[in-house]
Amino acid sequence: MPAPIRLRELIRTIRTARTQAEEREMIQKECAAIRSSFREEDNTYRCRNVAKLLYMHMLGYPAHFGQLECLKLIASQKFTDKRIGYLGAMLLLDERQDVHLLMTNCIKNDLNHSTQYVQGLALCTLGCMGSSEMCRDLAGEVEKLLKTSNSYLRKKAALCAVHVIRKVPELMEMFLPATKNLLSEKNHGVLHTSVVLLTEMCERSPDMLAHFRKLVPQLVRILKNLIMSGYSPEHDVSGISDPFLQVRILRLLRILGKSDDDSSEAMNDILAQVATNTETSKNVGNAILYETVLTIMDIKSESGLRVLAINILGRFLLNNDKNIRYVALTSLLKTVQTDHNAVQRHRSTIVDCLKDLDVSIKRRAMELSFALVNGNNIRGMMKELLYFLDSCDPEFKADCASGVFLAAEKYAPSKRWHIDTIMRVLTTAGSYVRDDSVPNLIQLITNSVEMHAYTVQRLYKALLDDISQQPLVQVASWCIGEYGDLLVSGQCEEEEPIQVTEDEVLDVLEGLLVSNLSAAVTRGYSLTAIMKLSTRFSGVNRIKKVVSIYGSSIDVELQQRAVEYNALFKKYDHMRPALLERMPIMEKSASNGPTEIVQTNGETEPSVVDSKHPPPVSQPANQANDLLDLLGGNDVVPVIQTTVPTKPASAGGELLDLLGDLSLSGVPTPAPSVATSQPSFLLDGLSSQPLFNDIAAAAIPPMTAYNKNGLKIDFTFERANPNPNVAVITIHASNSTEADMTDFVFQAAVPKTFQLQLLSPSSNVVPALNQGTVTQVIRVLNPQKQQLRMRIKLTYTLKGSPVQDLAEVNNFPPQSWQ
Amino acid sequence: MFTERMYQHNLMRFLLLFSRQGKLRLQKWFTPLTDREKKKVIRDVMALVLARPPRSCNFLHWRDIKVVYKRYASLYFCTGLEDQDNELLTLEVLHRYVELLDKYFGNVCELDIIFNFEKAYYILDEFLMGGEVLETSKVAVSVSMENADTLQETMEEYMNRPAF
Repeated sequence: MPAPIRLRELIRTIRTARTQAEEREMIQKECAAIRSSFREEDNTYRCRNVAKLLYMHMLGYPAHFGQLECLKLIASQKFTDKRIGYLGAMLLLDERQDVHLLMTNCIKNDLNHSTQYVQGLALCTLGCMGSSEMCRDLAGEVEKLLKTSNSYLRKKAALCAVHVIRKVPELMEMFLPATKNLLSEKNHGVLHTSVVLLTEMCERSPDMLAHFRKLVPQLVRILKNLIMSGYSPEHDVSGISDPFLQVRILRLLRILGKSDDDSSEAMNDILAQVATNTETSKNVGNAILYETVLTIMDIKSESGLRVLAINILGRFLLNNDKNIRYVALTSLLKTVQTDHNAVQRHRSTIVDCLKDLDVSIKRRAMELSFALVNGNNIRGMMKELLYFLDSCDPEFKADCASGVFLAAEKYAPSKRWHIDTIMRVLTTAGSYVRDDSVPNLIQLITNSVEMHAYTVQRLYKALLDDISQQPLVQVASWCIGEYGDLLVSGQCEEEEPIQVTEDEVLDVLEGLLVSNLSAAVTRGYSLTAIMKLSTRFSGVNRIKKVVSIYGSSIDVELQQRAVEYNALFKKYDHMRPALLERMPIMEKSASNGPTEIVQTNGETEPSVVDSKHPPPVSQPANQANDLLDLLGGNDVVPVIQTTVPTKPASAGGELLDLLGDLSLSGVPTPAPSVATSQPSFLLDGLSSQPLFNDIAAAAIPPMTAYNKNGLKIDFTFERANPNPNVAVITIHASNSTEADMTDFVFQAAVPKTFQLQLLSPSSNVVPALNQGTVTQVIRVLNPQKQQLRMRIKLTYTLKGSPVQDLAEVNNFPPQSWQ
Repeated sequence: MFTERMYQHNLMRFLLLFSRQGKLRLQKWFTPLTDREKKKVIRDVMALVLARPPRSCNFLHWRDIKVVYKRYASLYFCTGLEDQDNELLTLEVLHRYVELLDKYFGNVCELDIIFNFEKAYYILDEFLMGGEVLETSKVAVSVSMENADTLQETMEEYMNRPAF
C-alpha cells in the first residue's frame, strides 16, 4: 500500500482542476483512499489524512467520516497528531453531536500534561467549542490552571474560564478566588485576559460588579502606566502602548463606573488625560479615543468631560477617514437623547454627511438628522431631508419618507407647510411610503379645514402629471371625492385657482379605474370618490353610468361597491346626501408610538362610517347624556371609549378604516392592542427617552380618586413623551370586599377644553380582598393647561347585583395639569 | 443573580478569510452553528462584502451583526461582531493577525495561507480565543509558534515514537 499523498501535494493537484466537475472527481478519489486508510486503522498516516480532509472540508465537501479519527489523533502521544486532531475537532465537531463528549477525557488528561503547549491545545479547544457538559466536567481543571504562575497557561485559562461562564453561568462563583491577584500580573497577555474575565463576571452579576468596584484605582493605575511609560517595542502599535489592553480597561471602567458616583469620580482624571493626549493621526489612537468617549458618556462624568467627549465626536465627523465618521455618527445617535443640545451644535456637519458617498454613513446621518429635528430648525432641516429623499437610494426612501411625515406632524410651523411637505414626499417618493401613511395623511388633510381647496387642487394637478405612485393616487382620489366641489368652483385662496370642469375631474377618476398602473386598492378609492361626487357635482348621469358598469366587474371588491352604490341611487336615493356628506373633523390623540388611536369628537353628528352598516350610535349617546346632565349642561364633552383599532392599512380605503374600529357599544373589551407598523429605528430613538421625562413624572404624586363601598381607585401619573400637554393617568382599581367585582366598567368625562382618551382595561374583574388590581390608561390632552377635573362613572356587579356610582374627581395634584 | 448579560461587548462571532473570487481560505467560528447555518452566513456575508464599492467604510450591517472587514491584497479578512462598540479596535485586531501571519511566513501572500492553512489556524489560536484577544504581544505569539513547531516531530521521530 503506497503512502497516502502528502497534504501540499494534494492541494497542488486539486488546484490544477479546471472545472468544478474535475475537482469533484479528484476529491472523491482521494476521499475513497482516505476512507480505506482509516478503515485499516493506520496510525502513521492518520494525521496526514485528517489534514487533507480538513482542506477538502474547507472547499465545501463533506468530512464527517473523519470525526472519530480526530478523536484518535487527540488521544495520540505525538504532538503533531494532537495539533491536527484538536484543529480537526474544532472544525468538524460541535456540541450538537454526542461524539464530542468523547473528547472530554482526553482534554482532561491534556490539561494536566507535562508540556505546556499540549495543555494550551486543550485549553484552546475547550475555550472555543466546549459544550455545557464538558465545561461542567472540566471547570475545576481550568480553575486550577488559572492560579498557575505560568503566564502562557494563565492567560489561556482566563479566556477558557470566560467561555465556561458563558456556557454555565452558575459556575462563575468558583472562579472568584482565582481572580484575587490577577491584576498584579506584569504579563500583558495575562492582564488583558484577566480584564476580559473580570468584565464578563461584572456584566453577569450585580454582586460581582459591586465586589470588583474596589479594583477601580488599580485599573486606573495600570492604564496610567500604559500611557506614561516609554516605548515598549513588544506592545507598541504606532506609538501607542498596547491599545488592546487600554481599550479593555476603559471598557471595564465603564461598567464599574456606571451608576456609581465614587467610581466615576475616581476615573475622571485618567479619562480626561486619555481624551486629550491620545494621538489621533492613526486608526489605533482613534480606537482608544472612541472607547474613551463611550465610557465618558456612560458613567456619571462631570459635564465638562461630557462636552469634551461630544466635541471629540464632532471632530471625528470632520475626519477624512470614513470609518471614523461612521463611528462618530453611531455614537452621536446614542447620545442625542441625553445630550441633545451638545449634539445640536454639530448639526450642520451631520447634515453634510447626508451627501456622503458611503451608504453606511448616509444611513447613520439620516437617522441622526431626524433625531435632531425640533421646532426651531424644522424648516431648514426639512429642506435638507427632502433633498436627500429626492436623491437617495431606494433602500432609504421608505424610512426617510416615514421620518419626514413624523417630523412634519410634530413640528410643522403651519398647516400649509405641512401639506406642501406631504405633497413633496408623495410626488418624489410616492411609491415608497408605507401603507399606513395613506389613512394618516387623509386624516391630516381632513382636519386642515382651511386648506381643503388648496390641497385638492395640488393633488389634482399631481394626478395629471403622474398616476403611477399608488399612495399619492389614493390620497388624491379620496380628496377629490371629498372636496371635488371646491375644485370645480375655483375657490382656492393659497394659489392661483385652476379652471376645471366636472367632466374633466370625472375623466381623471375614471382614468384611474381603467389604468393598468392602478392597484386594486386604488380602484376602490377611485370608485368611492366618483360616487361621493354624485352629491357634489350637478351632473349625476355620468356617475350613475360608471357605477352601473362596475356592478359587473370581475374584481369582487369593486363589484360589491358598485352594486351597493347602485342601490343607493335606486332604492335609497333619499339617504344618499346624508350618507355621502362631508367627513367630520377627526381628532387624533397625541401620537407618538404604535398605539395611534382615533376617536371622534362627540359634538358633530356621527356620520355613517360605513355605507354598508350604519352603526348603532344610540346607546353611548345615552350614557354620555347622563354625564352631561349631571355636570349641568354643555361644558362636558362625552367620551366614547375606543378599543385599540387594528392596523388601518387594510385594503379598500373604506371609510371605516379611517376612524379605526370604533366600539360604539360603549363597553371597552380588554382586547390586546395590535401595533401598527412603524419605522422602527426612529421609534427606537423616541422610546428610549431621556430620563429627565421620567424624573418629571416621578415628581407627580399619585392620588386616590374614589374610595367607596370597598372599591378604591387610585390614579398614578406620568407625562407622555414627547407631548408635554398630555398627561397619562393610570387608574388602579382594587376591591377590598369579600367577593369579586365582575363586569367592571370605568368611564370618564372631562370639561370641554380637554380631550380624553381611554385605552383598554387590563380586565373586567376586580378580584376580592385586594388580591389584584384592574388597570387602565387614560390620556388627557390639556393644551390650555386648565385645572383638571373629571367625572367618573363606575359600574360593576357584586354578588349578583349590579352597582352603579358617579363621582367627581377634583383633587388632581397641580403638577398633573400645569 | 443575573445570568443574562446586561451588555454584549465585542463578542466576535466568526472570522472568515476569503478571496476576491469568493473562495474560502479560513473559517473560525466562535459560536455554535450548524453546518447549514455556517454555509448561509458565509454565502451572505461574502456576497455583501464583495459587492462593496472600493472606497467604502469598513463596516456594514447584516441582520443583527456588525460586519467589519478589510482587504489585504487578494484576501478579505472579515469578522462579525455583536452589535456593540468599537469597530475601530476590531480593525486593529484584523491588522494584528495579518502582521502575525506576515512575521511567520515572511511577506505572506494568499498562497501561503492556501498551502499552510493549518499553520494559519495555529497562529490564530495563539492570538485569539473564544472571540477575544488572547495575547497582545507580537513577540509572544511568534515565540509560542516557534516552540510549538519544534515540538512537531520530524518524519523520523514520528515513525519511531509509539502512537499510544
